[in-house]
Amino acid sequence: MSSPQPVRFNLNGQGVNLAVDPQMPLLWAVRESAGLTGTKFGCGAAQCGACTVHVDGQAVRSCVTPVSAVAGRRVQTIEAMELDRTGRAVQDAWVAHDVAQCGYCQSGQIMSATALLKRNRKPSDADIDAAMAGNICRCGTYQRIRAAIHDAAKALA
Amino acid sequence: MHALFDRAARAAHESQPPAGEPTRRRFIKISGAMAGAAPFAFALAIAPDGAEAQAAAGTELKPSQMPGPFVAIAGDGSVTVQVNRLDFGQGVNTVLPMLVAEEMDADWSKVSGALAPAGMAYADPVFGMQMTGGSSSVANSWVQYREIGARARAMLVGAAAKRWNVAPTGITVAKGIVSGPAAGQRLHFGELAAAAMAEPVPNQVTLKKPADYTLLGKPQTRKNARQIARGRQGYGIDLGVDPASKALLPGLKTVLVARPPVWGGKVASFDAAAAMKVRGVQAAFEVDLDRGGRGVAVVADGYWAARQGRDALAPKWNLEGLTRTDSATQLANYVQLAQQPGRNAPVKGGTPFDAAKLAGAPRKLSAEYRFPYLAHAPMEPLNCVIDVQGEGAATLCRVWSGTQFQTVDHAAVARTLGLAPEQVRLDTMMAGGGFGRRAVPSSDYLVEAAQVARAWRASGGKGPLKVMWSREDDIKGGYYRPSHVHRAEIGLAANGAIEAWQHRIVGQSILMGTPFEAFMVKDGIDNVTVEGVADSPYRLPLKLEVHHTQANVPVLWWRSVGHTHTAYVMETLVDEIAQAAGIDPVEWRRAQLGNRHPRHRAALDLAVAESGYGRKALPAGTAFGVAVHESFGSVVAMVVEATVAGTETRLVKVTAGVHCNFAVNPRAVEAQVQGAVVMGMSMCLPGGAITLKDGVVEQSNFFDFQVPRMSGVPPVAVHVVSSSDSPTGMGEPGLPPLAPAWANAIAKLTGRRLRELPFKLA
Repeated sequence: MSSPQPVRFNLNGQGVNLAVDPQMPLLWAVRESAGLTGTKFGCGAAQCGACTVHVDGQAVRSCVTPVSAVAGRRVQTIEAMELDRTGRAVQDAWVAHDVAQCGYCQSGQIMSATALLKRNRKPSDADIDAAMAGNICRCGTYQRIRAAIHDAAKALA
Repeated sequence: MHALFDRAARAAHESQPPAGEPTRRRFIKISGAMAGAAPFAFALAIAPDGAEAQAAAGTELKPSQMPGPFVAIAGDGSVTVQVNRLDFGQGVNTVLPMLVAEEMDADWSKVSGALAPAGMAYADPVFGMQMTGGSSSVANSWVQYREIGARARAMLVGAAAKRWNVAPTGITVAKGIVSGPAAGQRLHFGELAAAAMAEPVPNQVTLKKPADYTLLGKPQTRKNARQIARGRQGYGIDLGVDPASKALLPGLKTVLVARPPVWGGKVASFDAAAAMKVRGVQAAFEVDLDRGGRGVAVVADGYWAARQGRDALAPKWNLEGLTRTDSATQLANYVQLAQQPGRNAPVKGGTPFDAAKLAGAPRKLSAEYRFPYLAHAPMEPLNCVIDVQGEGAATLCRVWSGTQFQTVDHAAVARTLGLAPEQVRLDTMMAGGGFGRRAVPSSDYLVEAAQVARAWRASGGKGPLKVMWSREDDIKGGYYRPSHVHRAEIGLAANGAIEAWQHRIVGQSILMGTPFEAFMVKDGIDNVTVEGVADSPYRLPLKLEVHHTQANVPVLWWRSVGHTHTAYVMETLVDEIAQAAGIDPVEWRRAQLGNRHPRHRAALDLAVAESGYGRKALPAGTAFGVAVHESFGSVVAMVVEATVAGTETRLVKVTAGVHCNFAVNPRAVEAQVQGAVVMGMSMCLPGGAITLKDGVVEQSNFFDFQVPRMSGVPPVAVHVVSSSDSPTGMGEPGLPPLAPAWANAIAKLTGRRLRELPFKLA
């Protein structure tokens, strides 16, 4: 493991300077160094999407992104979504449809859905399939996720 | 930064005293803590002296019937209900408080649930232990929680009656407000709570009639929906990491354990020095594991350091003398066994079996079915936070885990640490899924955490530990749904009527060797292996035999347990039998169920009516498939529409008809069925299997143990038969009928009966 070096980036609107192993996945820097536990660990191998964050507005799997890769960039986690117009619409739709069951995957689902709606204001079902393919829900809430994304799109229109 | 846990849970964490103090005083402290910091905060609880007086007054109520352990009212009138279960997505943290709120006439917007710690009062009233499983939470606590709410209401009314000097009959309660006959006689719960505490706890209470329900039976959004959407819902894995809970667990270290690739393996060597070189690693030491194995624990600052440290260990394992279960070998063995007579299993509701009728039947149907091991793979990997305190000898232990088995785990941790039960406190965390993996008779991952803590302290280590599992640890970690082979030899009359049915099931017993063996294994037959066949509603001339096998693979209940395989076999076989007799599969089932099974009929009829089965013309290449199955007291019928194109099959739509008696929260019932469909699909799709080669699990993560994703999942319409009978559970019953209904549609399209899961269409 490499020696810690200060990695500077913007996290949820604040400049942070984390002295961590630059190879440490961003997931653990966010969770354990910055104490933001909304971003979840599900697989560590970019298979499940629970760790999804936004880096310069793009959905990224933080479990395989070394923190050095976000130096100087803008990172947003689930905790910042309620302050974002699109994120807030997605969250409101999630509540209106009572999407979650255990809820553990839902931070990642919301991050992927928000990134989709930021680039595609009116996604089709096929668009949703593609954008959300990387987010696993073992409780099986996919149907409600889909309905919530469509509703959020309507609310943002 | 943000509240990780809801107020009541945090207060409970902060101020729960160690168990060991008399129960009554503890109720006060719990309740007082949950009242929070609001001024004039009182809690509805049993006063220490009052309890004895109340007992003398003739209340013979058990702690599980008393409001004290369950209901706390803060000064502002908000109500917190202790939930005697684990919430792992099924929504008990919402529905059980609904029961209390309804009978209390509380303001639902001011009611919240909190997951209770391990405690006597929180035992399931039917099973006598604190647990979540068998789709039993609402069914078993239906009367319990309603009566608690009614008792709390009566005490509030009694207090108000005294305050206003009126008869209790002159008092009304609605939405958290208690009103007297005269103008101005109006107090909210918070203002009455302290006085209510002093009231006697009534023994007998009257519960509302369904016509008077304001909450029950109406769809309610889960209480933590917004919290989850905001990323603020905390799970066991999050404990001690965010600033708020970090303060509760100063010096928390993270642990990963290297485990042998074959259960029971021992450590031959490992490179402790290499692990210690990793920045942040504190220690690497051997530790006793589940099932006689030995592993190596790496203690570090944070997951990344622990993972790097474990990766550096390069452990070599001693696997001598271990049974190396191999899936291919096992299957061949099971297939052989299924052709031999086995141990007789009693059949309920069948008709006599006559071997001569089987031998002499004009038509015969012979079918062999194969099912692999299945991993639960909940999205939150297993974890356990453990804090053993005491200089020298351990004196106290606190454990935090999202466990389905508080009573069993609490005792196991105490035993492992050589502590008395009163010296251990187990707090229940919300869990990111479970599906049965978090209900382990051996308390595997908690005992392991206790062993780690013991070894850590023995080596001079101090402070709390969070033992985490990686996804690889989880997929390879065992406790799977067992693999099975079924063999049915069925004799049919010329007109297709069933004359004799010989059925054999081969596979490991889940319950043998566990404390549950005494009541779930009778005469060498594990009840959960045969459920769904032994109690078939079709009145079959059935001879059922079982071969319980041994394998070096730990097995466990997986959402709907035996029904995961028995429903598949039964509902595809009867479909085939109906088809061979030239009878519509729905009509066949209706005729066989007769008038004996009105709930099955109602569920089936509802699914058929809502799906358009028999009426709707389907596009070419699409077919209907039907199945109906009862499990855990509820009946679910499914009509699916599916397509087959080459070697691929897709579900287009699923319509479910559900009979669960009274649906307390219809939205939760719908969610459970929708989710169970997806999990049922996971048994059918490629990659939905755990296999072993020469003793070693071949899969490791979601790329090779595959689960359904958004694009494959059809719309699922859920319809519930109207009933006001006491609710039956819905956590599991939506799962069993999906796979057979899908297979039946595939058979209609292709003429092929799929006898193996996952589906093999090539």
